[in-house]
Amino acid sequence: MPSEATSQAPNHILEFPGGYTRSVGPVIGRFLSELRDGNLVGVRTRAGRVLFPPLEYDPDTGDAVTGEFVPVGPVGTVTTWSWVAHPRAEHPLDRPFAWALIRPDGADTAILHALDAGVLEPGAAAPKHLRTGMRVRAQWKDDRVGDINDIAAFRPEVTMITAPTRLAYRLKGGRALDRFLEGISEGRIIGHRCPVCEQVIVPMKGLCPRDGVPTSEEVELPHTGTVTTFAVNNLPDPRAPEVPFVSAYILLDGADLTMLTLVAGIPADQVRMGMRVKAAWKPREEWGRTMANIRWFEPLDEPDVPFDAIKDYL
Amino acid sequence: MSREIAVVAFVQTEHTGEDTGASETELLAPVITEIKERTGRNRFDFTCSGSNDYLVGAPFSFVSALDAIGAWPPISESHVEMDAAWALYEAWVKLRIGAIDTALVYGFGKTSQGDYPAVFTQLLDPYYLAPLGVDADSLAALQARAYLERSGAKEDDLRAVAARSRAAGRENRFALDLDDPAADAPYGVAPLRAHDVAPVTDGAAAIVLAAGDAARDLCERPAWIRGIDHRAEAHSPGVRDLSVSNAARLAGEKSGASGIEVAELHARYSHEELILREALGLGEEVAVNPSGGPLAADPVMATGLIRIGEAAARIHDGTANRTLGHAASGPCLQQNLVCVLSGDSNG
Repeated sequence: MPSEATSQAPNHILEFPGGYTRSVGPVIGRFLSELRDGNLVGVRTRAGRVLFPPLEYDPDTGDAVTGEFVPVGPVGTVTTWSWVAHPRAEHPLDRPFAWALIRPDGADTAILHALDAGVLEPGAAAPKHLRTGMRVRAQWKDDRVGDINDIAAFRPEVTMITAPTRLAYRLKGGRALDRFLEGISEGRIIGHRCPVCEQVIVPMKGLCPRDGVPTSEEVELPHTGTVTTFAVNNLPDPRAPEVPFVSAYILLDGADLTMLTLVAGIPADQVRMGMRVKAAWKPREEWGRTMANIRWFEPLDEPDVPFDAIKDYL
Repeated sequence: MSREIAVVAFVQTEHTGEDTGASETELLAPVITEIKERTGRNRFDFTCSGSNDYLVGAPFSFVSALDAIGAWPPISESHVEMDAAWALYEAWVKLRIGAIDTALVYGFGKTSQGDYPAVFTQLLDPYYLAPLGVDADSLAALQARAYLERSGAKEDDLRAVAARSRAAGRENRFALDLDDPAADAPYGVAPLRAHDVAPVTDGAAAIVLAAGDAARDLCERPAWIRGIDHRAEAHSPGVRDLSVSNAARLAGEKSGASGIEVAELHARYSHEELILREALGLGEEVAVNPSGGPLAADPVMATGLIRIGEAAARIHDGTANRTLGHAASGPCLQQNLVCVLSGDSNG
């Protein structure tokens, strides 16, 4: 709740120009000197615990600590954290970040510091991977002076990489698929009828998968069909209108094999098995020799087909 | 055998959520005038105040405030740069050991003129904490998450504390009028939302302590201090378990905090009330912060003293017989003071 005083320009400044100089003593001084060199050191208490960052005394007993400085880290564990969506001017980062208590490996106490969660827009919520128990390590500044801010912030341990994956091909669909795509390029859906079992295969392969015989008798099919089964996809796909989208097996009227396509024009949670659909073609001027001519299938205003009528095509 | 000491009078301002134009001394003066009238005394054997010069950014501002009490020599006077609950502790010690019968204790705070979370940064360890610019709310949020993850409590449990505190505050003419908290209120420093944080408040409060027969003369039903104790944790938040308050637990044990009917807790953040209830063993049967507590009005440096004053007022008005006032200071409930009060002089 910003008060009027904080929303108006200040008329009184309390400041020690240039900052206040403080002697640090041998314990904190050793820690800060090591920090300037890029090292994390704790100090051992008489009871054997390692305090990090070092204190002159054991907080449990008040006893002076030993003179033994112990390298700790470089990796530490977050013991609790808070999320600053709107950093204050005094804060070490000017974009959303976490405060965290971090206990380095080999230490028995934790240091408070900033935890950098990456580049985020102002006001962003905490990323989901931030959690108590996460492993982090210091991100060092280049120009270190012997100050707690020689550590710019802590960063999560590397737990994942992004590997490049790309291969290029020059694919040909084969003669039967070529003929099918020729039909599609003319706005027609063509299948083959098997000379043995007489089932209509679309898109055709030039072979009947049931009988293993060549097929050649062409059948032109209507652009309507029935959803036999479907899946709701939550990962974006450039071909789909939005996320979530639905990919479905459609049994075209008159066909005996289903084809895989997108279903759109209906909320994903309303798609049904047995739902009647029709092909939604792109504008003719955009057609080519590609299945992309059919953008997806859309609902038809017809009653659903009973399950018994499609159960053999699942 | 030390004498018994009681809270015999308690006065506070009608706290405000914005700067009304009154200086700290002007906030305080009517409170002192009223408590003098209430007790019929113009002078007290000892005076002790609690305040923080950084709130207005002026050195020795507590000295200016002495004008409000008429600090003409000879006067026995002291000050703590802490919440005035610790001034009350100093006065209690002085009454227990000294040849005095009465003490005036007061605290005042005007947070509306500055940026209290940033002021708080300056009271932190200057080597490891203050240079990071870590503020009061950010530190409290670290403790809130530690508590939520250890206890299994949810953010809704925090909102319930804020809702109850604000509702009680609306019934208390000295506290602020704050809306019922919304479930979708934005986060300040997560996991704390705006209503989980004490509001900016200006105000002052005063208490008169008296010993033995002087207490009986000044008050029909004195609130006898049956036990008072304060304990501190190590300053660094990284060397202790933030999900509990061992200092509050210990102070409660040492002050005999049992059989409590009403508890006023210095919880500036909603999760702190849950940590303190656990540490002090306050069950569902205990009325916690019926005044609204700090989440309904937080005149910093007087807030802890007001907890003792409110707990005493429940005894003064006869609505309770054994109450508890708690005060806290430092980051993440570092320091805790517990004062157990009773309507019975012999416990």
